[in-house]
Amino acid sequence: MKGVEVEAHLRQVRAEGRKILVTYVTGGLGPGWVDALEAMVAAGADLVEIGIPYSDPVMDGPTIQEASARALAEGANPASILDAVARVPVAVPLVAMTYYNVVFRSGHQRFASLLAQAGVRGAIVPDLPLEESGEWEAEAEAAGVAPVLLAAPVTPDDRLAEICRRSRGFVYGVNLMGVTGERATVSGAAAVLARRLKAATDRPVVMGFGISGPDQAVAAAAESDGVVVASALMRMLLDGGGPDAVGAAVADIRRALDSA
Amino acid sequence: MSAAVHMTDPGPDGRFGDFGGRFIPESLVPACLEVEQAFRSAWADPVFRGRLDDLLRDYAGRPTPVTEAKRLSEELGVRILLKREDLTHTGSHKINNVLGQGLLTLQMGKTRMLAETGAGQHGVASATAAALFGLECVVYMGEVDTERQELNVFRMRLLGAEVRPVRSGSRTLKDAVNEALRDWVATVEHTHYCIGSVMGPHPFPWMVRELQSVVGHEAREQCRALLGGADPDLVLACVGGGSNAAGTFAGFVETGADLVGVEAAGGAAMDRGIPGILHGMRSYLLQDEWGQILEAESISAGLDYPGIGPEHSYLGDSGRARYAQASDDEVLDALQLLARTEGIIPALEPAHALAWLVGATRRGEVEAGSTVLMTLSGRGDKDAETVMGLLK
Repeated sequence: MKGVEVEAHLRQVRAEGRKILVTYVTGGLGPGWVDALEAMVAAGADLVEIGIPYSDPVMDGPTIQEASARALAEGANPASILDAVARVPVAVPLVAMTYYNVVFRSGHQRFASLLAQAGVRGAIVPDLPLEESGEWEAEAEAAGVAPVLLAAPVTPDDRLAEICRRSRGFVYGVNLMGVTGERATVSGAAAVLARRLKAATDRPVVMGFGISGPDQAVAAAAESDGVVVASALMRMLLDGGGPDAVGAAVADIRRALDSA
Repeated sequence: MSAAVHMTDPGPDGRFGDFGGRFIPESLVPACLEVEQAFRSAWADPVFRGRLDDLLRDYAGRPTPVTEAKRLSEELGVRILLKREDLTHTGSHKINNVLGQGLLTLQMGKTRMLAETGAGQHGVASATAAALFGLECVVYMGEVDTERQELNVFRMRLLGAEVRPVRSGSRTLKDAVNEALRDWVATVEHTHYCIGSVMGPHPFPWMVRELQSVVGHEAREQCRALLGGADPDLVLACVGGGSNAAGTFAGFVETGADLVGVEAAGGAAMDRGIPGILHGMRSYLLQDEWGQILEAESISAGLDYPGIGPEHSYLGDSGRARYAQASDDEVLDALQLLARTEGIIPALEPAHALAWLVGATRRGEVEAGSTVLMTLSGRGDKDAETVMGLLK
């Protein structure tokens, strides 16, 4: 099937002794978003999240809100984004990041197959907690799409174990109590959560939220298998930086992670 | 109509039929579970209930009267009883909910309260409760609404609350909820999000309905006293998220009364909505083919919401309640009619319920001589300037 399988690829990166670098691009953001996606991969991203924008992104801070609103105003929708993705040959896994109403409106099965046909082999749905996600997990897995679940600093141990058991591809650790966006430092909660997740699962553990640059990436990766960088890259695109600038920023983070 | 439809405890998964649930980020799950547990134990605790009843009586001015609207009844050919939530402290039913959630905030040991507001009534009520209980209060309000409800913004600030205008999205109620949720994710340790209507993730739709059910329970007893032991034929309330309607219906769902909720034509989720997920709940929503939420449009900031509380979706689908719409023009006419026949200037929100009744009686949809209980959810002072502008 099309695309690169998520978990096997991330386990391979980890086995090679490298930290996993996940980057993010808002699908449909301006004419250059596909170029930005390719630049991220060329600069050393191990996995790219494709944001499928939603009108009411409650887990996102100002940067991703602005990127989502702009992409939607430019007419982006899941079909147009996934059509564009399907035409890009990439050697790393792609994972969709969206909100549950986008999945629910299309229908679990239809949405999962739209992703699979485009070679997108995972999905992160941050407003779909354990209690409500069973049907989606089953349909996604049946289509070859890994349902990636998130754990938060306040997640108690029993839920954390269940999240690790049911997540596929990797486990997404949320670094902080708050929404996405650039922050000056990595919160102390991040290391605690990363250690708890690593103790609970052998699946790759990737930490995200608030990681803006190389130093924070290194700090957040210290106790985990890798990091997600999103808002800082989208801020560059929103402010007129092109794919080259985004690629250079990703390369900086890659170098920092590899030499830490 | 199904006799088996009740308004009961939706259980741990918070479902009303296919609707409701808890669709929230993992970061908020423990907080919602804590609120549910705290409310379950408080609601079963006679001490908590006693404290709340005392506040509702001594502070909010309950029970509110039921007024027989004689001249309006003559005009429309039906017997109209008005449940006077406009006479409560702060001028709307919103006070019932915030006193309950304010007490609960104290009980949970939290020191800060968040609220979203559209028309400003829930914001004012929250600021009031926060002042009363000594809590810090932050109110999120769409920028469009801060402009059309400037006086309420001032009232909230006078009460010591911080009002934060929301500039994202449609800059109305929906976006105020988004921003309040974003704040809550970051502050949940010491903050309670006092949701203002029967919406949001479980337990809020249920909890807010329970806290507002005092409206319906009082009204049922008052109607029986006025109607020689009988219940009204029709029970009517406006619906945005639907808290005054849910509280009212809760008192009459077991009777034979027809239940009618009236939405703004520009925000009619029950009429033009499709099931989906927004703000933590599954319900009927205005949305496009890809699940993007559409903007509601109404002269009433309080009904300017693209969804509806999940229990209303359930009551509507089951046939126990029906949901109708009123247009902006009909609402302005109804507001003036009530002012001139009864000397009561209603808020724009309950004027929707009356607007539907005026149309329905004229169209012959409500039998002449029927008895109608209508909840007058709030007073019109806040809307005077808007109405003045529209009538010029």
